[in-house]
Amino acid sequence: MARTLTFKIFRYNPYAADSTPFLQEYKVEETQRMNLFAALNYIRDELDPTLMFDFVCRAGICGSCGMLINGRPTLACRTLTGDLPEVIELLPLPYFKMLGDLSVDTGIWFRQMEENVESWIHTQKEFDPAAEEERMNNELANKIYESERCIECGCCIAGCATANVNPDFVGAAGLYRVGRFMMDPRDERNEEQWFELISTDEGVFGCIGMMACGDVCPKDLPLLEIMAFVRRKMSATALTK
Amino acid sequence: MSNIYTSDVLIIGAGLAGERIAVAAAKEGLNVIILSLVPPKRSHSAAAQGGMQAALGNAAKGKGDNATLHWLDTVKGSDWGADQEVARIFADNSPIAMREMAHYGVPWNRVKGGPADYFIKGKKETVEEDPAKEGLITARAFGGTAKWRTCYTADGTGHSVLYTMDNMAIQLGVTVHDRMEALGLIHADGVCKGAVVRSLRNGSLSTYFARATVIATGGYGRIYGHSTNAVINEGTGVSIALETGIIPLGNMEAVQFHPTGIVPTDILVTEGCRGDGGYLLDVDEYRFMPDYEPEKQELASRDVVSRRMKEHMLKGKGVHSPYGDHLWLDLRHLGAKHLHTKLREVYDICKYFIGIDPITELVPVRPTQHYSMGGIRVNKDGHVYNMKGLFSAGEAACWDLHGFNRLGGNSLAETIVAGMVVGKRVTAFAKANPAEVSTTLARQFEEQQKKRIDALYNGSGRESLVEIKRDMAKILSDKVGIFRTGKGLEEAVTEFGKLIRRTDEIKVKSTIPGRNMELTEALKLKGMVKLGFCIAAGAEARKESRGAHTRDDFPARDDAGWLNRTLARWPEGAMQPELSYEPVGTIDMPPGDRGYGGGQMIPMSIPVEDYNATVDELQKKNGKHETAEPINTGLRPGLWKEEVK
Repeated sequence: MARTLTFKIFRYNPYAADSTPFLQEYKVEETQRMNLFAALNYIRDELDPTLMFDFVCRAGICGSCGMLINGRPTLACRTLTGDLPEVIELLPLPYFKMLGDLSVDTGIWFRQMEENVESWIHTQKEFDPAAEEERMNNELANKIYESERCIECGCCIAGCATANVNPDFVGAAGLYRVGRFMMDPRDERNEEQWFELISTDEGVFGCIGMMACGDVCPKDLPLLEIMAFVRRKMSATALTK
Repeated sequence: MSNIYTSDVLIIGAGLAGERIAVAAAKEGLNVIILSLVPPKRSHSAAAQGGMQAALGNAAKGKGDNATLHWLDTVKGSDWGADQEVARIFADNSPIAMREMAHYGVPWNRVKGGPADYFIKGKKETVEEDPAKEGLITARAFGGTAKWRTCYTADGTGHSVLYTMDNMAIQLGVTVHDRMEALGLIHADGVCKGAVVRSLRNGSLSTYFARATVIATGGYGRIYGHSTNAVINEGTGVSIALETGIIPLGNMEAVQFHPTGIVPTDILVTEGCRGDGGYLLDVDEYRFMPDYEPEKQELASRDVVSRRMKEHMLKGKGVHSPYGDHLWLDLRHLGAKHLHTKLREVYDICKYFIGIDPITELVPVRPTQHYSMGGIRVNKDGHVYNMKGLFSAGEAACWDLHGFNRLGGNSLAETIVAGMVVGKRVTAFAKANPAEVSTTLARQFEEQQKKRIDALYNGSGRESLVEIKRDMAKILSDKVGIFRTGKGLEEAVTEFGKLIRRTDEIKVKSTIPGRNMELTEALKLKGMVKLGFCIAAGAEARKESRGAHTRDDFPARDDAGWLNRTLARWPEGAMQPELSYEPVGTIDMPPGDRGYGGGQMIPMSIPVEDYNATVDELQKKNGKHETAEPINTGLRPGLWKEEVK
């Protein structure tokens, strides 16, 4: 039952003048319950110390290890080799800036997106350390948390047709973030302000409904539902203008 | 010479403690730069599932809770190793910090008035939640606490709070330089000026100067090999402090093992599993914890549960597997709805990482290295001993509210409470002290790092990075783990003596330009081995058992001889750490029984008043700075007496 896996891994070092992109092959003996975190570390420790990739939590929580696994954007840490064929092709996520081999720069992109959608609670109120907290219905708290569960892995952006032709599109991750603040009563932005911010082709009207984001999201977030909520709100605002 | 960056405040580490300090300073109009190995939202704080302890007392099972009870639990949990004044600052400020997070946007779970069903000590119980508290921040149960006081957002507390904090940092225009690693501190005459930093994008070196520098790099669990920690938790911030030769690290031998790391990936499943009513079962699927701990059962403190699990496995009651023995965590009775909502992250981890469905199957678990109580020794303000202008907070620091064992939910809360308190001190320090940029110092300290890099590339050594790492992990896991023996510890110290020499013989094979991950690892390995050595040496020297430090040759907690904090320094050119000791702090509640864990005690040999009389002087002798008046706390000594009647 033990298989010998063949990894075909994208190699390119943008900081080496003579580097050109190619696919490199590695052979790895599969072990019980092996995931790609274990496999890639094995390759780097035992076969090739030059291989570049990113892991942080290796538990599906931090969003660092998004890559194309046999053509599909997903998280490497929670992909079991047992669910894959013997030949496994690994490419970096498209769209993001290449840092080397399987490593791409998602951090800079997400910071820019967060500045663009102003990803924080807009409030005039000052915190009063002596006062009881403002009350909130527990169902609403859960709903807000649900729309805050994105881990910024970038899979939805890498898989998005619009983002790949319009680099300024905030994508599913950006619209999901907008939805999170839109439903939060602590955020005082009104519909007019939201409209100003996101009713553009880079915002809510950029999406052309291919829905790949929803297919590839490794956290199974209700991206389409939240995007529909945001779009409905903005369309309604447009009609009253 | 390379780039020089300047700011009012330089923060190394973008987890919760670092970002909370950044927000405190930026709100006061200071210019802040954060350095981070990864984009801030990927920091390990995000992985904390369970919650933050604060005595809000809103949940029915938290009724009557107050800061003094929280303090009592914390000091007991620490096995009297904590600084009791720090614990008071923490317990008093924690409710404020939680409400502040609610104001900033954290969607804490809230009280829902009316009947609610919980599993408590193995039985389903219906509890009437107070309708008058409807909509206030609620709490769940965690180990070692008298009341339910752990505030949470479903199963993603760390994620929610970190995202909120990072959003605040973005709003305030805090500069983040991510994929950057600090290789060394820049300091002169006991004053910290900044750091030498290497880019993990292109490998270039830069120098950063600031009025105040903060180390908030988290723990160093990765040196144990098997750890619940993220792969970036290698203790680099702590080791660059040690590298100065004058900064002491506190209680490095105090290492926490979490009862429920899953096998084989070592990923943590939250204490919330047991808080919400999960059981631990043995090879016969028998629930053994009530036999050992009739009162607290699965919810005794982490050191106790881990030890009982290990003890039970040593009796042959473990489940054999190709990855070693383990026990079972049983969540099946909690039901599908509970596992799909409140414990969804746990459900996902089981399903995606080991292919197990916890609704119908048992989860393989065993105690796994989880938290570093030790760290950079700081005073109550977070000011690092012996080094002006350098602060530290969070897991990287030994502020010391955890002593020899920390309670679940206290460390995540510590990040924002210490962030709030230390943030004020950092801000005040930066405002009062001038900026100073010295190209001479920049060149001097950068040159040191260039030499190290050169030696790793061009040295004549033959040692392999991977092998030294493996050997270190093996020494620590086998000999400085949950149960420690005199013989094992002596061997560990001897072996570290050899290992530290081998780190000078490392040769980096890959010479590719850019970040070069092999070089990146090699640059920090010696520092990691030094931390491991400090742990082993501290554990070998401490001839008692206290909290997580348990020796079979000295089973009693010895308050006559060892009611103190280990301080480890690494003098320049030394081949081993130098240990000294200071009092734990001013004692309010004298050492007593924790109420769980069993074990013997050797009482103090001097009156508490005599002990307290020497605290300040002995701590100053070890490098403590003058401390400002505590914030938002009365430090009311004696108040605890009313609670233990």
